[in-house]
Amino acid sequence: MANPSDSSTPRGEAFVWFTGLGLIVGLGMVIGLLSLVILNGVTVFWAPQVPVAQVDDGRTIIGQLAQRRIRAGSPADHPRYELQYQVGLRELNGNSYLWVDEAKIKGETFPADVLGLERVENGPAFVRPQSLRKSDGKVIAATDAGFETAFQAEVAAAAVVREKLVEITRHRIGDVNGEMDKARVALRRAEDLKLTEEIAALRKQIAGLEERFVALQAEAKKVVEGGAVASLVSKDAANREVVVPLTQVIRGWFPNRLDTWGRVKLFFSRLGEFVFDEPREANTEGGLMPAIFGTLVMTVFMSLMVTPFGVITAIYLREYAQQGPVLRIVRISVNNLAGVPSIVFGVFGLGFFVYVLGGSIDQLFFADQLKYNNNTPVFGTGGLLWCSLTLALMTLPVVIVATEEALAAVPRGMREASLATGASKWQTIRDILLPASAPGILTGVILAMARGAGEVAPLMLVGVVKLAPTLPFDGSAPFLHMDRKFMHLGFHVYDLGFQSPDSDAARPMVFATTLLLIILVVCLNLGAIWIRNRLRARFKGASF
Amino acid sequence: MSQIMNPPSSSRIKVRPATEREGRKDYISIRDYGFWYGQKKALEGISLDIPERQVVAFIGPSGCGKSTLLRNLNRMNDLVDGIRHEGDITINGRSIYDPGLEVISLRRRVGMVFQKSNPFPKSIFENVVYALRVVGVRDRAVLEEACETSLRKAALWDEVKDRLDDSALGLSGGQMQRLCIARAIANRPEILLMDEPCSALDPIATGKIEELIHELKEQFTIVIVTHSMQQAARVSDRTAFFYLGKQIEYDTTEKIFMNPSQAQTEAYISGRFG
Repeated sequence: MANPSDSSTPRGEAFVWFTGLGLIVGLGMVIGLLSLVILNGVTVFWAPQVPVAQVDDGRTIIGQLAQRRIRAGSPADHPRYELQYQVGLRELNGNSYLWVDEAKIKGETFPADVLGLERVENGPAFVRPQSLRKSDGKVIAATDAGFETAFQAEVAAAAVVREKLVEITRHRIGDVNGEMDKARVALRRAEDLKLTEEIAALRKQIAGLEERFVALQAEAKKVVEGGAVASLVSKDAANREVVVPLTQVIRGWFPNRLDTWGRVKLFFSRLGEFVFDEPREANTEGGLMPAIFGTLVMTVFMSLMVTPFGVITAIYLREYAQQGPVLRIVRISVNNLAGVPSIVFGVFGLGFFVYVLGGSIDQLFFADQLKYNNNTPVFGTGGLLWCSLTLALMTLPVVIVATEEALAAVPRGMREASLATGASKWQTIRDILLPASAPGILTGVILAMARGAGEVAPLMLVGVVKLAPTLPFDGSAPFLHMDRKFMHLGFHVYDLGFQSPDSDAARPMVFATTLLLIILVVCLNLGAIWIRNRLRARFKGASF
Repeated sequence: MSQIMNPPSSSRIKVRPATEREGRKDYISIRDYGFWYGQKKALEGISLDIPERQVVAFIGPSGCGKSTLLRNLNRMNDLVDGIRHEGDITINGRSIYDPGLEVISLRRRVGMVFQKSNPFPKSIFENVVYALRVVGVRDRAVLEEACETSLRKAALWDEVKDRLDDSALGLSGGQMQRLCIARAIANRPEILLMDEPCSALDPIATGKIEELIHELKEQFTIVIVTHSMQQAARVSDRTAFFYLGKQIEYDTTEKIFMNPSQAQTEAYISGRFG
């Protein structure tokens, strides 16, 4: 009887396949997620051809194809499809999007004169232009050769006027309003305390500000009326006349006339707007600059707060504390802190940071502000500072654990060599242990940043808003306003996807925003990894 | 069997005669010294005097306590939890356990070179002047002078003088160990402890370091732990043999290797055990 273990037939390792399967499933899901987000996110900015479709009930549709799906209740073996067109012109059609049964569409043409417009208000429009009334009063028919050039020139000129207007209404009038608010609070205080001299001075200041306000309004009016406004006369699908003043037009393009290069240029122009502009139309249009900025600033501040706290704590735990049962309990608690649901940190942040800490700061430093400004809190409400602190607390265990492990991994020889030369414990930690464990600490910070940048739930409680009127950073002292509420990409995704009044319009933006959030987190991580690798290179060749 | 192994016999080991120099005969004095790691007794009843500016070698089989004793001379074992000692060690008449003596100042007077070279991941220059940096020397000229002096003493200067700002981790094993010696002597300690400094080095590097020890003993009192009988015979003036935590014999190296008074010592030296 041969010993079965002596069998000369080779046997495979069945579990190789089993474990490999785990990797394949995991990879498949990640790749699926990324490709869905990238595909849907990138195509948002691509301008496809826009058909003019004849429906057999006599309607004509001019619109960009948005979706194609199986009609509800259609038989499975002969599925019938319906198409969704983005027709725009919300003010006339009631809705920018339209579902049509695919079978009912008699024919599609792609006439070269279809014009797509992105507008400041009421969303996009797809029209067939008739004539352009230029700002100098001349009228050009759409059939004229110079029409497109003249149209784009007028759009550019109108954009300059619009920017001037924004500069006046939002920034300069905004500044005046801000100063006015401050002066009014000061006046109320002065009146309350009967400071006659100050009252007079403040009244004079307010009067001056009011004068400036009126002057600015007049200036704005002059800008609006001064340059005669060009306007575009066109016909919509139902042959109604549509007159659009060009100050309303952000961008116009002829989707059926563009060559590939033109489409690429349009793509990048839209992408640029998305990244660098402010949102419009309940966040469904325009850009994400404030949200990108808010996410970045918040993540950076979180890292700046969590790193020193975490490292100092870990140094105490690893280097100074008496190792024993108490320390073991502390360690287990710290590790468990990493598993606490993030919303719990949000509630803590609201209850402690915002109400207790923020409330106390207001009582101590902004008492006048509270008393004379209808109890409007400064720090006693959600803001950038509290968001960063809350997330710092949430990611603290990650940094502590990583630092402890990095410190423990420093070769014993290095520690002994330092102590043997007569260095104190603190000198050894500062000069030898911390530099040597810096790559490990940075790994912890990278993990903390990755978790913090994508977190939404706690932020909703402690300071993230749908639309922040101002960035947390501007030209007025102290430049960085940690008390301000801000916008965040993660919250933006949630807001667009579930809180938007126009879910059809928000859908593509959800994907684009998600893609942007992923890219931002990847960039932050790459930056940190780059720093870590540079540090690692310094220790390369260590023969311990 | 032992004949086939051809063990080094005491007669084949060249012994350097003990050098008599000016200096205190009981510069380091160990009296009735015992030491425990937790419940385990590592050293028992050690009593020996180490004269000033001589080289003393500790030999014995692994686990005999020679490294433990060496590491107690600058209290490196303080890093270990649950240690205990009895008896006393004095350096130049003062107990190293004197509560008025800070461990840090003790270690500044007693330099140490370890078995594995352990340079810091810094430049060669920063490695050498580390001991000066920790006492707060800022003056660049002082640091540079100390760096050159130490590297010259460690016979490394000519090899590295053009790349002092390069990472110390790019040096060869023997160079790294000499760098560690330069680092240990940079702040001019009085005593130099060497814990098997050549165990990871090739014979050429070993030879260089032994030469170095000869030169260094003009200025330093050196205690060296070694597993190599030949090395002990070549470099030391006096030798102590330890076995199972006890001091078996301590005498001039010549006496230990030529005419040991204990049978165990002779057995160990001639390679019959250990």
